[in-house]
Amino acid sequence: MKRYSAASLFTEGFRGHTGWERAWRHPDPKPAYDVVIVGAGGHGLATAYYLDKEHGITNVAVVEKGWLGGGNTGRNTTVVRSNYLYPESAALYEKALQLYEGLSKDLNYNIMLSQRGMLEVAHSRHELEACAYWANAMRLNGIDSEVLTRDEVIALVPGINAGPGARYPVCGGYIQRRGGIARHDAVAWGYARAADARGVDIIQNCEVTGFRRDGAGTLVGVETTRGFIGAKKVALAVAGHSSVMAERAGFRLPVKSYALQAMVTEPVKPMLDTVVMSLATGVYMSQSDKGELVIGGGLDLYGSYAQRGNFPTIEKVVASAIELIPAIGRLKLMRTWAGIVDVTHDSSPIIDRAPVQGVYVNCGWGTGGFKAIPVGGYTLAHLLARDEPHPLAVPFSLRRFESGRLIDEAAASGIPH
Amino acid sequence: MLLITCPECGARPETEFVCGGETHITRPGPFAEVPADVWAGYLFHQANPRGKLRERWRHQAGCGLWFNLVRDTVTHEITSVYRMGDPKPEIA
Ligand SMILES: Cc1cc2nc3c(=O)[nH]c(=O)nc-3n(C[C@H](O)[C@H](O)[C@H](O)COP(=O)(O)OP(=O)(O)OC[C@H]3O[C@@H](n4cnc5c(N)ncnc54)[C@H](O)[C@@H]3O)c2cc1C
Ligand SMILES: [Zn+2]
Repeated sequence: MKRYSAASLFTEGFRGHTGWERAWRHPDPKPAYDVVIVGAGGHGLATAYYLDKEHGITNVAVVEKGWLGGGNTGRNTTVVRSNYLYPESAALYEKALQLYEGLSKDLNYNIMLSQRGMLEVAHSRHELEACAYWANAMRLNGIDSEVLTRDEVIALVPGINAGPGARYPVCGGYIQRRGGIARHDAVAWGYARAADARGVDIIQNCEVTGFRRDGAGTLVGVETTRGFIGAKKVALAVAGHSSVMAERAGFRLPVKSYALQAMVTEPVKPMLDTVVMSLATGVYMSQSDKGELVIGGGLDLYGSYAQRGNFPTIEKVVASAIELIPAIGRLKLMRTWAGIVDVTHDSSPIIDRAPVQGVYVNCGWGTGGFKAIPVGGYTLAHLLARDEPHPLAVPFSLRRFESGRLIDEAAASGIPH
Repeated sequence: MLLITCPECGARPETEFVCGGETHITRPGPFAEVPADVWAGYLFHQANPRGKLRERWRHQAGCGLWFNLVRDTVTHEITSVYRMGDPKPEIA
């Protein structure tokens, strides 16, 4: 791998950019690997990277039915934050944020992490009390947070609807200043390039259609649209399609697939330099470097694999966004899209061995797993390499649904993404 | 926007309805004898197929009725609507 640097950019500028090499290969599948990872989203690619970096395992393939980063990793609104309530989640997502903070250097790829702050706006006295509660819980977990007054929120978000006629009055809020956004494609591409350089085969346009076992029931590999690929271990990182893959492998997962939508407006001059979220409506917004406002909200509330959303949700999200910052009401929406997300009952992920031999799962990130990509890969690699969960992943087992030890971030923080 | 046919009121927009998830689920019992994995199955392991699914819906902003339907989770096509207590339709 030729390293990217200021010097290489300078030299290539003089050479008319003719000397750049391809960021990753397009290899044909080998007959067998030690580990086959299904799904070249952020979590699958990061797993491959850390398998070599942390554990020296390079005989690895990542098999992707479409193109790498074309799933939710390339469809999300790119918010990164670690403002979770429970200690287990705080530890997991904070590790992810810390890995993100060093990731551009680690991968030699600019992921454009912009720690512009994640602001939650409270619209009532009760929401403000809840904000103080979260902010204090975060501090107890060693994570930065600050409660803001009404005036501080108004100063941070010019144009926020704080007038006397506001449907949702602004009462204050809290901010995690280390939160922000990153470039989603760059995260997938950066991990792909770095994993490829370490010898990982990334095989695109190849769908895993089944699992093959020998007479004794031991896993020997996967069936794919490009033929059989041998594997000692298979890891699933397929987000919204986790149930489909689990069924093919002969087990069930406690997840449900929904469509989550997002949308962008036409580009405008810089007007918003933080990520702002309205607690009452669940809508949130940030402004991309191109100037578009990136807007997200809640799920389409019935099961879906359609990878497109329905209009009533768009209408609700847009109405909430305009309620929050009325000045954007004249902007046109440029694009809307959806991804299929895998939601658990407690809105916490699953990083565990599957109940069938040889299969490992990373799923259940639902509406909020972009921010967790580094730690999802890091802990799944640990599990694959050592056959025991990383301490950070222990609480996020499948067993919790039987023991009742849920980590109910859905009820706790009520934040959808 | 889905058009959903309530058995009482006829075709109405999806915004009048809420989806209650998989239908034809029986609560296991008696309570003290149900093993943990069966409870977990009942509470958390709902069907999540890519394709046809039997669901219950409620006409929340209308007559309030709970009823069943068969919907395809990829195309959203609704192929049958039937009342609580009606026999379970076959799905391919
Ligand atoms: C609209 C939207 C907004 C979001 N906003 C945020 C946000 O602001 N912050 C945040 O943290 N998270 C957010 N999320 C959630 C986040 O995008 C996901 O949790 C995360 O990207 C999941 O990454 P992944 O690698 O697990 O899955 P994906 O990126 O979806 O990758 C899974 C891959 O598996 C492949 N695959 C599936 N089946 C097979 C098969 N049989 N064989 C081979 N390959 C297969 C798919 O093609 C896909 O590429 C959002 C999601 C959406 C949809
Ligand atoms: Zn009705």
